[in-house]
Amino acid sequence: MLRYTINRVLLMIPTLLGVAVLVFFMLRVVPGDIVEIKLRGDGGSVTQETIDMERKRLGLDRPLIVQFGTWMTDMARLDFGKSMWTERPVVTEIAGRLELSLQVAIMATVIAVLLAIPMGTLAALYRGTWIDYTVRLLTIGGLSIPSFWFGMLIMLTLLSLFNWLPPITFTPIYVDPWANLTQLIWPAMAVGYRYCAVVARMIRSSLLEVMNEDYIRTARAKGVYEKLVVSRHALRNALLPAITVIGLEFTFLIGGLVVTEQVFNLNGIGQLFVQSISRNDFTLIQGMVMLIAAFYVFVNLAIDLLYAVFDPRIRYNS
Amino acid sequence: MQRNAAAPLLEVEDLHTQFHTARGIVRAVEGVSFTVDRGEVVAIVGESGSGKSVTALSIMRLLPRLTGKIPKGRVTFDGRSLLDLDDEQMREIRGRDISMIFQEPMTSLNPILTIGLQIKEPLLIHLGMTEQEAQARAVELLQLVGITDPERRLDQYPHQFSGGMRQRVMIAIGLACNPKLIIADEPTTALDVTIQAQILELMKNLSRKLNIALIIITHNLGVVARYADRVIVMYAARVAEQGPSDAVFHRPRHPYSMGLLRSVPRLDRPRGSKLETIEGLPPNLADQTSACRFAPRCPFRIAVCDQEPPLFKTDTGSLARCHRHEEIAAGTITWSAAGGAGLNFAANTTAPVLSVKDLTKSFTVAGGLRSNRGLVRAVQDVSFDIYPGETLGLVGESGCGKTTVGRLILRLEEPTGGEIHFEGVNLSTASPAQLKAMRRKVQVIFQDPYSSLNPRMTVGQIIGEPLHVYKIVDGRKQANERVASLLENVGLRPEMAERYPHQLSGGQRQRVGIARALAMEPSFIVCDEAVSALDVSIQGQIINLLEDLQRKFKLAYLFIAHDLAVVRHISARVVVMYFGRIMEVADRDVIYGGALHPYTKALLDAAPVPDPTIEKEREPRLIKGELPSHLAPPSGCVFNTRCPLASQECREIVPPLEEKRPGHFAACIKV
Repeated sequence: MLRYTINRVLLMIPTLLGVAVLVFFMLRVVPGDIVEIKLRGDGGSVTQETIDMERKRLGLDRPLIVQFGTWMTDMARLDFGKSMWTERPVVTEIAGRLELSLQVAIMATVIAVLLAIPMGTLAALYRGTWIDYTVRLLTIGGLSIPSFWFGMLIMLTLLSLFNWLPPITFTPIYVDPWANLTQLIWPAMAVGYRYCAVVARMIRSSLLEVMNEDYIRTARAKGVYEKLVVSRHALRNALLPAITVIGLEFTFLIGGLVVTEQVFNLNGIGQLFVQSISRNDFTLIQGMVMLIAAFYVFVNLAIDLLYAVFDPRIRYNS
Repeated sequence: MQRNAAAPLLEVEDLHTQFHTARGIVRAVEGVSFTVDRGEVVAIVGESGSGKSVTALSIMRLLPRLTGKIPKGRVTFDGRSLLDLDDEQMREIRGRDISMIFQEPMTSLNPILTIGLQIKEPLLIHLGMTEQEAQARAVELLQLVGITDPERRLDQYPHQFSGGMRQRVMIAIGLACNPKLIIADEPTTALDVTIQAQILELMKNLSRKLNIALIIITHNLGVVARYADRVIVMYAARVAEQGPSDAVFHRPRHPYSMGLLRSVPRLDRPRGSKLETIEGLPPNLADQTSACRFAPRCPFRIAVCDQEPPLFKTDTGSLARCHRHEEIAAGTITWSAAGGAGLNFAANTTAPVLSVKDLTKSFTVAGGLRSNRGLVRAVQDVSFDIYPGETLGLVGESGCGKTTVGRLILRLEEPTGGEIHFEGVNLSTASPAQLKAMRRKVQVIFQDPYSSLNPRMTVGQIIGEPLHVYKIVDGRKQANERVASLLENVGLRPEMAERYPHQLSGGQRQRVGIARALAMEPSFIVCDEAVSALDVSIQGQIINLLEDLQRKFKLAYLFIAHDLAVVRHISARVVVMYFGRIMEVADRDVIYGGALHPYTKALLDAAPVPDPTIEKEREPRLIKGELPSHLAPPSGCVFNTRCPLASQECREIVPPLEEKRPGHFAACIKV
C-alpha cells in the first residue's frame, strides 16, 4: 500500500507537468495583454514606452520558452511568483480565498453526505412507496435547480421571513465561529442540495442493486437481523461507488462555485478566477490552475486509497 | 410446541407460490406436497422454471417481498407452521434450524466482510455465543469442512478463496448452529466435476454424522442417484413424480421422468445412436390450463389428459401424476426412441480439415503494480488433427485451456507458438485472402445463448448478416429465402425470423446461433460449451440437431465441453486437457473404456452416473486438492500435485505425449 501510494504520488509529477505546459501556452495564445489592460484599461493615455517598460519589468518581453523555464524552476522551489496585477505573491492571493472555498466545500459535503445516506437508503428500502417518491422528487429537484438560483431563493426567504441577511464580510471560523457559520451555512446549503441529490441517487440505485445480490440472500438465510442485513451487508457495499461521486463533487466545489459565490458575495476561489482571467493575470491564473489540478489528483488518489480501505478485493500491493 | 419423534421433520402440504409481475401472475409452484424425515436426503430435480428453487425459498420464506406470494399451503417444520410465524420468529429459525446453501459460491459470500465474521454471525445471533466461543467454533467448523490453516483463513476475504473453497465456507456457515435441515440449491452446479465430488461427499458425510436432513435441489440426475434416498421430480410448477430413488430411476411411472432419464447422455451405458429427447418446450407458467401440464410434450397423450391428473399411488410405492401410470407399470406403453441413424464417422484416410501442431499461448500478467510480471501458460504444446465429418471432443475442467484452444483456432487470439493448418493452409503465413476464406469456413457456436445474440437485431437479421457481408447470396429476396431455409434446418419455423432474441427460449436461441454459423456454409465448427447452459431435455434436442447437421453438411466439430457424458456421446475422438496441456488422446470408446492417464480416470470417477444402484455400490475415489495457481505452475508433470501415482520423478520430468497403444496417446511416465 505504501509503495502504491508513493508510486501514485510520483505519477502526479508528469500529470501536473502536462497541466503546466497546457495552461502556460494556452494563456499565451488567448488575446489580450495584462499591461494594456492595467495601464490603458481605464482609458488613460499611456505611451508605448511606458508599456514596453512595464512588459520588461514583468518579464513578458523574454522568449516564451525562457518565461516557461523560469516559471518551472521557480515552481520547483515552491515559488509561484507574484500576481502581475496586485504584485502580491500568488500564494498569499490564493490562501485568503482558499480558506473560504475549502470551508464551504467541506460544509456542503458534510450536509450532503449526512442527508444523502439516509435519504438514499430509505428510498431504496421502501422502493415504490411514498418515501421513495418523495426522495426522488427532492433529488430530481436538486439536479435540475441551479445552485445559484436556489441560493437566491434562500436569500429571499431569509429576507422576507426574518428580514435578515447573512453578513457579507468573511470572518474566519477561528475568529468568530458564529459569525462565520451564519455567513457560510447558506451557500453551503445552496450547493449542498445538488450535491446531496447526486449522492442520494447514487446510493439509492447502488443499494437497490446490492439488495438483489446473492450475499444478501445468504445473510437473510443465516437469520441475520434485517437491520444488520442493511447496515452491515448491504450499505457498506452500496457506499463504495458513492465515494467516487463524493470525491469528484468535492473537488468541483473548490473552483467551480463562480456564480454561487457571486450570489452570496463570497470572496472565494471562483471569484478570484474570474477576476484574474478578465485581467489576464498570467501568474495568478497559472498558480490557481496548478492548485486545482493538484487538488484533483490528490483527491483522486485519496478516493482510490479509501476504496482499498473499504473494499478488501482491491489490494494495490501483494 | 409439540414434538413428535415419529412425525416427519418437514411437511409441505399443497404449497402454492405465485409471483405478481407486470406481465401477470406467474404460478411458480402449484400444489406441491412432500415430507422430509430427520436425517433423510431428499432430492428435488427438475429443469429451470420447474419451481424447485422457488419451493425451497418458500419454505425459508425468502421470496422477493414485493412480488412473491404464498396464497395457499402449509409448511410444518418440527411441529411449527412456518407460514404462520411472524418475521422475527421466522428469522430465528433461519440459520439455526434450517440453513440454506446456494448455487453460486462466487457471489453468495459478502465480498467486503471477512470469512470469519460471516461464519460467526449466526453463532453470535442465534446461539448468543461470546466472541471467543464463536471464534473457537468457527475454527472447528472450517476444520470440519476441510479447510487447512483455519485460524489464518478466518481473517481472509472471499476473493482469497477458490470456488470450491467458498462452497466449503458456505457449508460451514450452514452447519454453524447444528441445524436440523439443510437445503442445498444446486450446491455444485458452478463447480468442476472433481470439486463437485469433493463437496457432495463432504455434505453427505456431514449430514450422516450429524443426523442433518438434506434437501438437494439439482438438475443433475447423476448427483441425485449418488446421494438421494428419495427423489421428487418437478415439472412446470408441480410434482410429476416422487418416490424412493431406486424406484424413480429404475421404474419411472411418469412419462416426464422416463423422458428425462432417457435424454441424458450417460457414461454407464453404451452410446446409443441418437439421444431420445422430449420434444417441445416447457409451458409458460403465466398461462393457466386444466390439462396435464406435460401433455403437449407427452408421447402417451390421450383424450383424458385434458384433465389434470392427481398424484396416483403407483405399484413401486411412489406417486406419479399420470393417468396412464398403470399402463406404464404394465409395460403396455413404452417410450419409443426418436428415429435416426447413427453417426458414420469418416475414415481417417483423407487429409485432416484442421491440424494443430505444438500450439502454445501464454499471457503476461502484471502482478499489481510491482514489477513481477508473471507468464501464464494457458496452452502448451497442444497438437491434434480433425478430419472432415468428424467430431473431436475436448474435455477438461475450468482453467485447463480448452476455451483458449478454441479461440486460437478461430484466430480470436494470436498463438505464441505452434502452427494451425486449415485445409492445408498454414494460418500464420496465410495471405489476407486465404484468411478471409478460412474465416468463412470456420464457425463457432458459443455457450451462452443469452448474451451471444445481439438483442436489438431480429433473428432474420442475425442470421442474414453474414450472408450480406460475405456476399453469399444476391439481393434481399434470396437472402430471406436462405434465412428461411437455414431456420428450417435447425428446426425453427420461418416466422421466427421476425422475432427478437428475448422472445425466444434458451434452446431456440441456441438454434439461432447454430443457424447463424451454418449461414456461412462452413466445413468446421467450434462448439464451445454449446449445450452446457441448456436444460437436460433441451440439451438432448440440440445434440441431436448438431449430429443431424454434421451428417447433412459433412461438418467437422471441435466440441469443447466439461460434461464427460455429453462429450462421449457426440465425439469420435476425445482430447483430455489439464492445466494447459494434453493429458490423453484416444478414440472415444478407448478413453471411456480404458483410460490410461490418472487424471482421465479421476475425471471419469468423479462424474456421477444417473443410476442409484451403481452409485451406491461404488466408493468414489476422490482426487485431492485443487487446480494449482497459474502464476506458480508445478514443476514436472502439471498433474503431480493431485495425482495418486505421483513420485519424485514426476516432479522433475515433463511427461511427453506418447503413443502408449496404437492410436492412444497419454502424457504420463507411470503408464
